[in-house]
Amino acid sequence: MFIRNEYLPGMKLNKNIAIPLLLLPVWYLTYHNLQPLTDWIVYSVTGLTKDAHFTEALRFFVFEFPKVMLLLTLIIFIVGIVRTYFTPERTRRALEGKKTFTGNVMAATLGIVTPFCSCSAIPLFLGFVESGVPLGVTFSFLIAAPMINEVAMILLYGMFGFKVAAIYVGTGLIIAILAGWVIGLLKLEKWVEPWVYQLNMGDSGLEEEKLSFVNRINCGYDAVKEIVSKVWIYVALGILVGAGAHGYVPEEFMAALMGKSVWYSVPLSILIGIPLYSNAAGIIPIVSVLIEKGASLGTALAFMMAVIGLSLPEMVILRKVLRLPLIFTFIGIVGVGIMIVGYLFNYIF
Amino acid sequence: MEIKILGSGCSKCKTLEKLTRNIVEQNGIDATITKVEDIVEIMKYGIMTTPALVVDGKVEIKGRVPSALEIKNVLIK
Repeated sequence: MFIRNEYLPGMKLNKNIAIPLLLLPVWYLTYHNLQPLTDWIVYSVTGLTKDAHFTEALRFFVFEFPKVMLLLTLIIFIVGIVRTYFTPERTRRALEGKKTFTGNVMAATLGIVTPFCSCSAIPLFLGFVESGVPLGVTFSFLIAAPMINEVAMILLYGMFGFKVAAIYVGTGLIIAILAGWVIGLLKLEKWVEPWVYQLNMGDSGLEEEKLSFVNRINCGYDAVKEIVSKVWIYVALGILVGAGAHGYVPEEFMAALMGKSVWYSVPLSILIGIPLYSNAAGIIPIVSVLIEKGASLGTALAFMMAVIGLSLPEMVILRKVLRLPLIFTFIGIVGVGIMIVGYLFNYIF
Repeated sequence: MEIKILGSGCSKCKTLEKLTRNIVEQNGIDATITKVEDIVEIMKYGIMTTPALVVDGKVEIKGRVPSALEIKNVLIK
């Protein structure tokens, strides 16, 4: 029997889980011996002088790039497996009839693990609202799904450490929960296009298949192949910038505009971020440039969240189902949330 | 055979349409292929993720771009 399901590319072809499982010990050994390995490559093989500027920059790249890629591969693999348990249909069922706050918390959390692509934002929105998921709860999902991204999480962890990555996920969740909750309290259903509530939604008739664990491992493996082949170049760029800037570039360039002492830097970078559109992996190199050149962490993160969480193209898509006042309210509430996060980060770090 | 590609025009939907057309052509399958971009029409099939491949009114694949082989398996049963 063929198995068809959401986001399970190539499953039928690859029934063999030997490869991903064999790669796990290889992963472990490489990851735990990366420092001596890269040191050996940089110092012995190339024969460069220790502590010279160029050598250190090269060493940074040769160590950081494989490190981040290894982390990325493992996390995407695990997330890929976890996501097979959370289809949009199942998430919707979990959220049906959920009231205000509990629903918002659940929706934001499920938004992290449910597979989501912004081109499916409309059918997803309609599917949720149709089946009785409250508007505010739906928004919590729609905010969290793109904004909290596993690739961004790993890159932040790799470049700035655990604390920054954890605060990114934590604050992203809080923004999604609170923004959705506020939208629910404001009772903005009147600003949803009326046809949405008259829509006659059919039943796809696709029964949910039971996946074996072997299938799920294959899904994780496929996710790795798909995502890593897409994002490695952004990772390389981001770390290259980091390596190149290591002591080379004057750190004043962005300080005047996005530094900590500039009080308007956070709202300004959010305003710049909204019309820009990029995926989470693509934005990280830019963030690393900004930070290397003097932007403060909070400002740079606010910029990043505005780019991936509040994108103009997505607003244009959502305009099909939402009236302008609701879209502006949505941007306003999420924008204020991101702004608070930006100031918070600037205050803490 | 009546094939419908559901999708509002994102790149994945275009890929799916192209793949399907190729396979229909290569295998000489007698089928009409329609691209459905109207969201109200799309929602009638009860899907929440696009693109989707509908064959004779039945949703066969949704939310992803399948491999060429998988499409072939769906079309030639």
